[in-house]
Amino acid sequence: MRITKMNKDLKNHVEKALMQNVRIDGRKNDEFRKIKIETGVVATAEGSAKLTCGDTKIIAGVKLGIGTPYPDTPDAGVLMTGAELYPMSNPDFESGPPSSYAIEIARVIDRGIRESKTIDTKNLCIEAGQKVWMVNVDIGPVNSDGNLIDLGALAVMAALKNAKFPELKDGVPDYKHLSKKSLPVSRTPVEITVHKIGKSLVVDLTHEEEKLSDARLTIAVLEDDTLCAMQKGGETPLTMEDIDSMIELAIKKSKELRKLL
Amino acid sequence: MTYKKRLDGRKFDETREIEAKTGVIKKADGSAYFRIGKTAAYAAVYGPREHFPRSQQDPKKGVLRCNYNMMPFSGAGDRVRPGPNRRAKEISMVTKLALNPVVDLSDFPNAVVDVFIELPQTDAGSRCAGISAASMALADAGIKMKDMVSAVAAGIVDNTVVVDLDYPEEAYEDGDVADIPVAMIPSTEEITLLQMDGKISREDLKKALELVKEPLKRIAEIQRTAIKEKYQ
Amino acid sequence: MGKLLVKDKDVVVPGEVLAEGMDYLPSYGTYRKDDKIYAERVGLISVDGKVLKSIALSGRYLPKKNDTVIGKVFDILISGWRIDINSAYSSVLPLQEASFDYIQKGADLSKIFALGEWVVGKITRVTSQNLVDLSVKGPGLRKLHGGRIIKVSPTKVPRIIGKQGSMVSMIKDTTGCRITVGQNGVIWLEGEPKAEILAVQTIKKIEQEAHKKGLTDEIKVYLEKNSKDLKTEYSAPKKDDKKVDTKKAKDSKPKAKVLDVKENKQD
Repeated sequence: MRITKMNKDLKNHVEKALMQNVRIDGRKNDEFRKIKIETGVVATAEGSAKLTCGDTKIIAGVKLGIGTPYPDTPDAGVLMTGAELYPMSNPDFESGPPSSYAIEIARVIDRGIRESKTIDTKNLCIEAGQKVWMVNVDIGPVNSDGNLIDLGALAVMAALKNAKFPELKDGVPDYKHLSKKSLPVSRTPVEITVHKIGKSLVVDLTHEEEKLSDARLTIAVLEDDTLCAMQKGGETPLTMEDIDSMIELAIKKSKELRKLL
Repeated sequence: MTYKKRLDGRKFDETREIEAKTGVIKKADGSAYFRIGKTAAYAAVYGPREHFPRSQQDPKKGVLRCNYNMMPFSGAGDRVRPGPNRRAKEISMVTKLALNPVVDLSDFPNAVVDVFIELPQTDAGSRCAGISAASMALADAGIKMKDMVSAVAAGIVDNTVVVDLDYPEEAYEDGDVADIPVAMIPSTEEITLLQMDGKISREDLKKALELVKEPLKRIAEIQRTAIKEKYQ
Repeated sequence: MGKLLVKDKDVVVPGEVLAEGMDYLPSYGTYRKDDKIYAERVGLISVDGKVLKSIALSGRYLPKKNDTVIGKVFDILISGWRIDINSAYSSVLPLQEASFDYIQKGADLSKIFALGEWVVGKITRVTSQNLVDLSVKGPGLRKLHGGRIIKVSPTKVPRIIGKQGSMVSMIKDTTGCRITVGQNGVIWLEGEPKAEILAVQTIKKIEQEAHKKGLTDEIKVYLEKNSKDLKTEYSAPKKDDKKVDTKKAKDSKPKAKVLDVKENKQD
């Protein structure tokens, strides 16, 4: 159905239920849907993961190739995160170039990995100034039912941890043969997006719930509770109190999700 | 003729292992997953729904619109750069032509039925897997269709007629190869997709199109069983 | 001479042969080619004497005259509103079909139905190009306030309503929710938060298992089992929901009058 202005009556009704910690699918405000992760599922990727959370289904794949480094970092490999919102996965997604939301998802997930030095790109150097490993991780949603940032980030981490370098044949990757050498992943950032709907803080929103969100804050958390990326979204401003509560909730949930990796 | 035994040991008219399921994408009106060997395709159908841009509407009946895409990590070698590319555009077009003849959208003038095909991994035969998946997804969406459409590649590897070439066979270097994607309406044996890459004699082409009929009918049975499974 | 290859309530797929020979008659969802009858969509077979039908198990809503539907206002026109009815075709609610009261010329239409508001309407006309006219004048037809909207496959609506409304009444009675089911697969419900969850879960369960036998009893058991911890502080609604809603429509009439007078003064 057409995306139109959100009906205030409907929103009030939902907000009242959230104040009683009740969501339409029976979950509590701070409850994630059941998550299942399978790794090594894509034969053509060097690392991969398929993640389901409720009805959301995402595939993440890692491709490792050899290229030339950026001129300002001649001894560092290159890490790039891509995300597309396939129209296949939701009737609200349109064909065409990536929307700003798709770009935001990719960039927020990328920041969490990059800023925490989860992959030390200096470890990806083959020949300084000439040859480095290029790590491309891409997210492909099969069914989009909300929370693509958190779940995309989790799928990406699972795929990166699953990745192995291809054998080299005359200096060129032989994709038919994977070596036993894993991609060096030294940290485990987990991203949690906390939404504010009315006065309630809610996590893991479905696609329909996201339409009611007033503001959201995505927080990337490391194993030692350090924060390594943040992104505020939504048009409503947040108070310092809100932000503090959201960070506390994010840190708590990140520990639960990290257990799945 | 040196190709007496297939690289993976299959019989000449044997397809790779097939896995077929419907209802795999909850947000779609109809959906399917079709895997043949290591080539896998998801198909989702949305519609009939409002057709934009309006200039492309058909006042007599609904329009079928197909979009084929490979996920970045689905290629046999390097990463596949996302975005429109010429190969995908052509495949989208022949996919629509392969499915249109069975579909009846006369109840839905000015509307569109969107078919999206995404492949998470490929090993030759991707457009055929896409068409087979799309056909199941259309049925799953309740679209009026006079029959399914089943697709698989027939071909020649070094003078030997085979069905369902995998990547090593397509790239076979010790003899001439012809790769012939075929889509067929099982009840009438009419062909709705026919393309060819490679070299082949007229007689061998006839042999290939004869050999591929039974495998296509077997694929049709697999598709039909998968559609019904949802309701068991 | 005729051979029936399927039986009543079988699931069939496009291209499947249902009967051979000239004895049987193809109807909804089936077609004849030469001496065979084939299925033309995924459906449940209905054998009614010699007539074969394939009852759709999925598919988007195709607007039909006299259907009661639930839709959302997405555009305000000069003399009416455009309502999205979850179909390939939007509908128009003309000014004269919005209310039993006289609406002044130049009135602000968004004060009657605003963007994003939901209405229960009846389809009064469908043209050959599937242009749809809607009316909100009539018993049970109204603007919806609050509550929740969920969507189901339109093909499952008859099962969710049940024979003479028996299924949906069972859900209403057990959960205490007010429920209105649109033929277009859009359902509105309102109740206590936990009661709403049970109503939604029950409806989704019926949607999944609509093709199975013995569903009514299964749902009865399901409702009884899961309603034990629902509070019963609310009073169960009257059995005939329509009567309640008409009363509400009558109450709203005077409000509209006041609105028009105000507009008048501003002129």
